[in-house]
Amino acid sequence: MSRSARLSLWQAALVIARRDFTAIVFSKVFLLFLIGPLFFLAISAGGGYVGAMAADSADDPQLGIALPAEATAAILDAQERLDPLVGMPEVAAVDPADAQDPRALLQAEDSNLFAVLSGTLDEPLLTGPKDDIERWSGETALLVGAARGTTIPEADIAIDTTDTGIINQRTAQDATARAGIVMLFLLTMLLAGMVLSNLVEEKGNKIIEILAAAIPMDAVFVGKLFAMLGVSLVGLVVWGSVGGAIVFLGASALPVIPPPAVGWPLFFALFVIYFAMAYLLIGSVFLTVGSMAPTVRDVQTISLPATILQLLIFFLANFAVGQTGSWIEVAAAIFPLSSPYMMLARAAKEGVLWWHLAALAWQVLWVAIFVKIGATLFKRTVLKSGTAGREKGAGRKGLLAMLRLTTNQS
Amino acid sequence: MSDVLDQAPHGDKSGVKPDTSTELAIEARGLVKRFGDTLAVRGVDITVPRGAIYGILGPNGAGKTTTLRMILGIIDPDEGVRRIFGEDRPQRIARRIGYLPEERGLYPAMKATDAIAFMGSLRGLPRAEGRRRGAELMEQYGLGHAVDKKIKELSKGMAQTVQLLGTLVHKPDLVILDEPFSGLDAINQGKLEGLIRQLAEDGTTVIFSTHVIHHAERLCSDVAIIAGGKVPYAGSVEVARDRLPPQVRLETKNDDGPWRSALPASATRDGAAWVFELPESGIEPLLRSLIEGNAGIRSLSIERAGLHDAFVTIAGEAAAQAMQSDEPAQEVSA
Repeated sequence: MSRSARLSLWQAALVIARRDFTAIVFSKVFLLFLIGPLFFLAISAGGGYVGAMAADSADDPQLGIALPAEATAAILDAQERLDPLVGMPEVAAVDPADAQDPRALLQAEDSNLFAVLSGTLDEPLLTGPKDDIERWSGETALLVGAARGTTIPEADIAIDTTDTGIINQRTAQDATARAGIVMLFLLTMLLAGMVLSNLVEEKGNKIIEILAAAIPMDAVFVGKLFAMLGVSLVGLVVWGSVGGAIVFLGASALPVIPPPAVGWPLFFALFVIYFAMAYLLIGSVFLTVGSMAPTVRDVQTISLPATILQLLIFFLANFAVGQTGSWIEVAAAIFPLSSPYMMLARAAKEGVLWWHLAALAWQVLWVAIFVKIGATLFKRTVLKSGTAGREKGAGRKGLLAMLRLTTNQS
Repeated sequence: MSDVLDQAPHGDKSGVKPDTSTELAIEARGLVKRFGDTLAVRGVDITVPRGAIYGILGPNGAGKTTTLRMILGIIDPDEGVRRIFGEDRPQRIARRIGYLPEERGLYPAMKATDAIAFMGSLRGLPRAEGRRRGAELMEQYGLGHAVDKKIKELSKGMAQTVQLLGTLVHKPDLVILDEPFSGLDAINQGKLEGLIRQLAEDGTTVIFSTHVIHHAERLCSDVAIIAGGKVPYAGSVEVARDRLPPQVRLETKNDDGPWRSALPASATRDGAAWVFELPESGIEPLLRSLIEGNAGIRSLSIERAGLHDAFVTIAGEAAAQAMQSDEPAQEVSA
C-alpha cells in the first residue's frame, strides 16, 4: 500500500475488530459471558415449560384402532366408558384399507398415532415403540377386555415393538427446534447488549473522534460488529467443547435424543451460521441505535424499541414453529430478522437442504443491506452526539435520518 | 524532535517519496458549516505553507474545532473546499496526518505502549513497530517507567502525553493539534512547545488551535484569527503585529511644562508613564520637542505591538476578553 493511502475498509475494520476482540476476551466481563449458558439452561427450562404447554394445545397422540368394524366400535365405546374412570389413551379408528400394515401407519408423515391395535378382538396385536407400549399396554388390555364384555382383562395381546415412532421423533424435533430458537435468541440478545455497551464505552472514552479522523466510520461499525461475533464464536467453541466432552465421557448415561431432521452435525453447523446471521442483523440495529445516543443514559431509552423488536421476533418465531406449513411460518422464514430462527427450527424438523442454501443467500443479502444502512447512519450520527459533538437532539435527528434513509432506499 | 522519529528521513517513511506537487500543506476556501439553525463556520479561508507552525487563534466556541474537523474530513463542509497536500479528500492521505483532538481519549484498560501502537495502526503502522517506537518515545519523554502501565493508572498529564506520542508515532508530515496546551501544567506546556519547534525543524507542518495568545506568539510563523465562525485575519504573525503602530512609553522627571504640548492628544497615563502611538513623523521631532520643552526624560521606549494587541484590533475586545476568560464570546466584531 502506498504511504499516502489510508487503510482500506477491511484493513481498518480488522484493526478495530482486533482491538475490541482482545479487550473483551481478556476482560473479566468475558467470564460472565462464558457462564451465560448456565443462565440459558435455567431460562430454557422455563422455555421448555412454555413449549410443553404449547404442545399440550396441539392434537394429543392417539391409539389407532385397526380392527374389524364391529370390534372397533366396541373399543371406541369402551374408551368412552372407561376414560372418565381411569384415564384412557385417545383412540382413533383407522381406515380398514390401511389396517394391513400397522408399522406403515405409524411412520406415515401425517400420522398422529403413537401405536396401532390391529388383528381381531380375540387375537389383538399392539404395534408401536417400546416406550409407548410399556406406557399404554395395561390400558389397552382394559379396553380390549371391556370391548369383549369381560370385566377382568386378559393379558393376551400380542406385542410388536418398533423403533422410535414418528410421534416421538416429531416431538423431539419440535423440542430441538424450540430449544434452538431460545438459544439463538438469548445469545443474540446478550451480544447485541454487549456491542451496544462497547460502543457507549467508546463514546464515553472520547475515542470516536480519533477513529473518525483516521479510518472510515464504516470500518468502525463493521469492525465492532465482527469483533463481537468473534467473541461469541470463542464462547461457542468453549461450550461446544464442554458439551462434546460431556457427551463423550457420559454417552451411555445420557438419554438418546432423536436427531434433528438434518442430523446433529449439520444442525450444529447451521446453528452457528444462523446465529451469525441473526446476530449480524440485530447487532447492526443495536449499533446504529447506539450511535444515535448522545449519552450513556440515553442508550437505555433509545435502545428500547430495538429490544422490543427483538422480543417480538422471538415470540413470532416461537409461535410459528408450532404452525408447520402455515402462512405465518412461511412469513417468519422470509422476514429477514426472524428468518434465522425459523430456518434453524426447520433444520430440526425438515431435512430439505436447498431451503437452507436459499435462506442463507437471502439472509446474507439482508445482512449486507442492514450493515450498509447501519454503517451509513452510524457515520452520520455518531459524531453529532455525545461529547464529540454538541448538537442538541442528535438522537432524535438520527432516528429521523434513519426513517428518511429507509424510505429512500425502499 | 526525538531520535525515534528521526531514525527515518522525514517524509520518506516507507520508501515512497512524499507528494511534492504543492507547496501548501493545507488550503481551505470558503468553508461553511451549519448545525441545524446554527451557523458554526461562515466562510473560512486558510492556507498553510509546508513546514510552518500555524496557529488558529480564537475564543472557545469561535469555530476552531469545527474548522479543523472539516479540514481533516471528519465532517464535511456544507460549502467550500479543503485540500491537504493537494488532496481534496483528506482521509485518503490519513497516513500522512497526525491528529490530537480537543477531547482527549484513550482506552483506560490498554497499556500505554499498546495505546500508542493502536493509534499508529489506525494510520497503517504495523503493531509491532508501533509498540517498539512507542516504548522508545515514552522513554525519551520521561515516561519510561510507565511503558507497561495501563492508561487508567497514569496521571492526566501523562495520559495526555501518551496520546500526543500516539499522534506522532507514525511520523506524519502534518500534525494537527486541537488545543494541545489545555490541561497541561507549565512544565509540560514548555515541553510541548519544544516538541512543536522540533517537529517543524524536522520539516513537519504543525497546526494547532489555541485560545492562549502567548503560545501562538511564541511558536507560530502564521496564524488565523477566528471569531464568530469567521476568519478576519489569516497570515503572518509579523504582518498582524505590524497592523498596529508601535507604542511609545515615556517617563519624565517633570510632571508639567512646555513639553506636554509635544505629546499627541491620544496619550494616556499608565502609572508614572505616558503611553501613546508613535507619531507618523517618527521619534526624532518628538524627542527634540521633549528636550526643548524641559521634560527631563527619565526613560523612553518604543514597543512593537504584540499579537494580543493585534488580536484585539482584528477580532474585537469581546473576543479578546472571551479568550482570557475561557468563555465563549457573546459579541464578536470582525
